[in-house]
Formats: sequence, structure tokens, C-alpha cells
Amino acid sequence: MANLKETTKTKNKFTKETYLFWYEKMQLMRKFEEKAGQLYGQQKIKGFCHLYIGQEACAAGAATALTKDDKWITAYRDHGIPLALGSDPGAVMAELYGKITGSSKGKGGSMHIFDKSVNFLGGHGIVGGQIPLGAGIAFAEKYKGTKNLCICFMGDGAVRQGSFHETLNMAMLWKLPVIFVIENNGYAMGTSVKRTSNVIELYTLGESYDMPSFPVDAMSVEAVHIAVEEAAERARSGQGPTLLEFRTYRYKGHSMSDPAKYRTKEEVEEYKMKDPIEQVKRKLMELKYATQEQIEAIDLTVKETVEAAVRFAEESPFPDPSEAFKDVYAEEGYPFIDE
Amino acid sequence: MREIQFREALREAMVEEMRRDKNVFLMGEEVAEYNGAYKVSQGMLDEFGPDRVIDTPIAELGFAGIGIGAAMNGLRPIVEFMTFNFSLVAIDQIINGAAKMMYMSGGQYNVPIVFRGPTGNAGQLSSQHSQNFENWYANCPGLKVVVPSNPYDAKGLLISSIRDNDPVIFMESELMYGDKGPVPEGEYLIPIGVADIKRAGTDVTLVSFGKILKVAMAAAAELEKEGISAEVVDLRTVRPIDYKAVVESVKKTNRLVIVEEAWPLASISSEIAYHVQRYAFDYLDAPIQRVTSKDLPLPYAPTLIEVILPNVKRTLQAVKTVML
Ligand SMILES: Cc1ncc(C[n+]2csc(CCOP(=O)(O)OP(=O)(O)O)c2C)c(N)n1
Ligand SMILES: [Mg+2]
Repeated sequence: MANLKETTKTKNKFTKETYLFWYEKMQLMRKFEEKAGQLYGQQKIKGFCHLYIGQEACAAGAATALTKDDKWITAYRDHGIPLALGSDPGAVMAELYGKITGSSKGKGGSMHIFDKSVNFLGGHGIVGGQIPLGAGIAFAEKYKGTKNLCICFMGDGAVRQGSFHETLNMAMLWKLPVIFVIENNGYAMGTSVKRTSNVIELYTLGESYDMPSFPVDAMSVEAVHIAVEEAAERARSGQGPTLLEFRTYRYKGHSMSDPAKYRTKEEVEEYKMKDPIEQVKRKLMELKYATQEQIEAIDLTVKETVEAAVRFAEESPFPDPSEAFKDVYAEEGYPFIDE
Repeated sequence: MREIQFREALREAMVEEMRRDKNVFLMGEEVAEYNGAYKVSQGMLDEFGPDRVIDTPIAELGFAGIGIGAAMNGLRPIVEFMTFNFSLVAIDQIINGAAKMMYMSGGQYNVPIVFRGPTGNAGQLSSQHSQNFENWYANCPGLKVVVPSNPYDAKGLLISSIRDNDPVIFMESELMYGDKGPVPEGEYLIPIGVADIKRAGTDVTLVSFGKILKVAMAAAAELEKEGISAEVVDLRTVRPIDYKAVVESVKKTNRLVIVEEAWPLASISSEIAYHVQRYAFDYLDAPIQRVTSKDLPLPYAPTLIEVILPNVKRTLQAVKTVML
């Protein structure tokens, strides 16, 4: 894990503002998701709902390493990224509620958050389906001659799909400005990575396509930032894609219905010891970037933001039935069969 | 008017649109250096270069998805499938991706893409290379499905499809690429969703689309000899369907036969028959008949193909039944 050592050497390159940004955004993701979990229990949120708790450094570290014109896409575990990018938490929560004020007007729900205002091209529900889309988004940037890139997230389960292999091959062949990120949280639902293949060092899959490929300790937001920054340099300088395996962990079950009986308490505790938010908090104190009081003040702001998001979602109306026929086509007045 | 081949009409549509809009590009297997498996894209690499006429590896799932992603991010891709039989490995991207993006994103991301290539049988190619999925795609809200039957329609409809802001499935036929017909030079658009009366008549309506329309036309010519005046309605688009044109014609002729190349169950002909019994029941003088492929895979041997595909003889029989 060559670049992990490097991380340790260079980690003090980050400013106080960056650490504070990370702390606030990761706390926002954590508290938002804890709240979403509770609301699911109260049946305010329905359907499938996959929480990001434990994986916050993946979105936060990548967010500081990229620019606002870069494009983002991921799978259905998709509440964290838009929050890290600055989407309105009220719109995200309203989407979980299925309200018209939601980011997808209540048509997507938890698995399909989209927010064009922050270049977030969604939340996708077919495992591996977003991988070619991410490469296509990058293709468009290259075609238009911009310096922007696309960062495309997927789970460890998704790398066993054909779409992953077809896409990595073409992305490397065509030197597309894309960063493929595997959020390896150890499990695809109840199936551990080692039960899915003989190849369990997932980053090595990229080597089959000559793609620069690295493992990253994604419990460390600094390590995530550094790896993404390096990959972004490659993408912007015309060298094409990079595959990053973020080694992370989800503290909760796969979705709200999963008690996660396939793993031990000890394993979960082991990861919680490396909690990404605790790490940043310690760093803030150690480097005297923030006092205990200042941290508590951030926590309070985050709490209020989440409460306001819930209030907004609660108070928003459900879509009017007439909305059902809107947004299927870009064309106005498509003649639906309606009887 | 000059006459050109179906493949040339398609090429003209693509070339003219690529000259007009630099966001339009063509991608697929063998489209560039090989000049197209069926020579539809002949010469396009020379004019537009490898950045806009792009050879892909044999990875339909991957490049269909790359096309959709590019369309979400501002481009207007034309993705060629060597045939739609091979689109099945990409159908997830089309149904779960292209057709859903606009809706799931609450209108934030539309997908202006054309998937085009041949559909249906093309000689003795046996079961995996001779299938019609028009009704499969037409079933899915979020898509539009265009199936032209002659070079003139092909050019005008392809230009409309490329300019359309929604995903369009555009289906051709290997057996039609060499067909010649009058095609104007330069730009003209045929709107998606509008049927065309290919032959006016008063006694019976024949509804068809795509290459099998020729069977309906040949049957109509035969019927004329027997003093039966058949009206032939070319749907041209099977999503959306121009129901009004069909109903108008049936109101005039009071008899309907549908000729379609696909399998019978849950086909476009089932849909038309439902619609006509629902909205023109009182105008029908006989039960609707249809001629489709038999409910079987298409085999290799010519004698078996003869049994299975719709043909003029079966169409004439169907017409005789509704004329009784
Ligand atoms: C093509 C497909 N097959 C199966 C599923 C059902 N499913 C949803 S999530 C999931 C596990 C995916 O795990 P992983 O890729 O590791 O992502 P994680 O949930 O850990 O973020 C499965 C099997 C699906 N959504 N899509
Ligand atoms: Mg996983």
C-alpha cells in the first residue's frame, strides 16, 4: 500500500479550513443518516434506504480534492455525496419522504438522489449500471475539450459485473478523464468480498486494463483526498482513468431491513476505532485548529441543519397526482396511453 | 427526384446532422475503419475523423452505457448496434438507464440519444440473428421507437430522431439497406409518431410498419386485381403509435388486418387490435385479423422459414376472412 505511507508523510499539508470542512460535512452526513434511520423506523421514509454511516470520508475527502465543475455519479447508497457537495439537506430529506420539494420531485426516493446544481448525476439502483454512465459523462468532457472529470463510485459487489470490466477497458483505451472508486465496505448485502472471487485485492482488477490502480485507507479523509487529487491530475493531463479501492466500512446493515448477522461485533468495533470523524476531530484538537467548544458549536449547527431538513420535508406536500405524467419525456405533451 | 439507397438515406441524415451540430457523433462496432458492417457509415470516418466516428470493442453493454452517460452530459450520440439481436446485452442500460433518467431525476437529466441498427430476419441466419424486439422496446415508457419502411421516411425520421431530446430506438433492416427510393437532398423532417397512408383504399385497412410493410403493399396490389381496394397504413413509429390514423382508416373501411414481423404474443398487433375494439368497435364489420411470425424461433432451413414468416399468401387469406 505504497500511497498509504505517503499519506502519513504529507498529511499536514491540509489547512484548518479543510479540516473544519471535513468535520462539518462528515458530521452532517452522519447525523443526517442517523436521523434517516430513525425516520425509517417511524415509516416516514419507505422503500429501500441504504445508509452511509462509516463511509463519510469517501465523499468528504473526494469533495475537497476536486473542483465544482467535476461530475459525480454513484449507486443507491447516495445520500452522502450530495451532502458533501453542498446540496440542500432539506431537498435530500424531502426526496426520502417522497415530497414534491425533493431533489428529484419525489420520483426517485432514497436510491435516486440527483442534483444538477452540484453536478451530481445520481444515485443508480442497478448494481454496476452507473459505471458505463460515469465513463460516458467523462467521454463528454473530453469530447467538449474541458479539463473536467467524472468521479464514479461503486460498491465492492459491482466489480463482479460485466459493466465494470467493459467500461474499464474502454475508459483506458480512450483515456477518459474518469476516476473509478470502489467503496469496498467488505460486503455486498450479506456476501463478503472473499466469497465473490479469488481476486480479493479489488484494485488489482484495474491492472488487467493497464489502469493505474491503488488501494486507499478510506477511514482517513486525508488519504482519500490525496489519492483522488493524484488521480485527478492524471485525468486532467490526458493520462486517463485511475481505479481507487477505498477501504471503508458500513456500520449499519446493508439497508434498513438488514440486521447484519453475517459479521461479528468485534469486526464492527474494530472499524469504529478508526472512525473517520473521530480521526478528524482528534486532528482538529491536536493541531489546535479548534477548541472543544468550537467543535460543539459545529455539532449544534449540524443538528439544527438536520432538524430544519426534517421540518422542511415534513411540511412539504406530496406530489400532485398530475405530476405522474411529467418528466417521463423531455418532449412536452407526449401522447401517453391513458385510460 | 433522385433515387438513393436506404443506407445512403440514413448516412445522409447522420452526415448532415453531424455537420450541423458538433455534439452529434457516431459510435459502434465497425462503424469507422470498416465503414460499417452494412456500409451505412461509409466514408464518415474520412469526413469526421476518429473523435466523432468511433469504433468500439464488442461490448454493447459498456458502449450503450457510455453513450447514455455522454447524452446526460450534453452530447447527442448515435449508437449503432450491428443488429438489435445484440442489443439484448445492453438492454439494461436502455431500459433501466436511458428510459428512466429523466423521470428518476425529476426532470433534471434527459437523454438525447439514438440507438440504431437492423431488426428482424435477414435471410437464413437462424434463431439468434432473426428477431424483432420492436414491441419489447415500445413497451417501455421513456423511449420512442421508430421503424421506417423506405428511404424517404428513413432520412426524415432519422433527422427527427437525432434532434429529439429523448432516447429513440431506430430500427432498420439488412434486407432494406439496398432498397432504392426518391429522397430529397438536404434537410427535411418527418415527425415521430405520425403514420402515413402508403396506399389509399376503401374496402379493408392493412396496418403494418418496417420492412414487412412490403408484404402488405404486395397483398394490396394483388387485391386490386380482384377488385378489393385496400388501404395501407404505415405506422412508421411504434412508440408513440398514431392510433388516430388507424381508427380513421377503420372507420372508412370497417375491416382491419395487421401485418407484423414480430411474434404474436403482446405484440404491436395485439395493441392495435385492443385499441380498435375499444374505440372503433361499432365500425367493425368483422373480427380483426393479424398476420405475424409464427409463435416460434426462426430456423435456418428455407422451407421452415417459409412456414413462419408473414407473407403475401397469409395476408390475402386474412383479408378474405375479414371480407366474408
Ligand atoms: C443488477 C442487480 N443485482 C442485484 C441487485 C440487488 N442488490 C442491491 S445492493 C446489492 C449489494 C451490492 O453491494 P455493493 O456493490 O458492495 O454495494 P454496497 O451496498 O456495499 O454499498 C444487491 C445484490 C441490484 N440492485 N442490481
Ligand atoms: Mg459493499
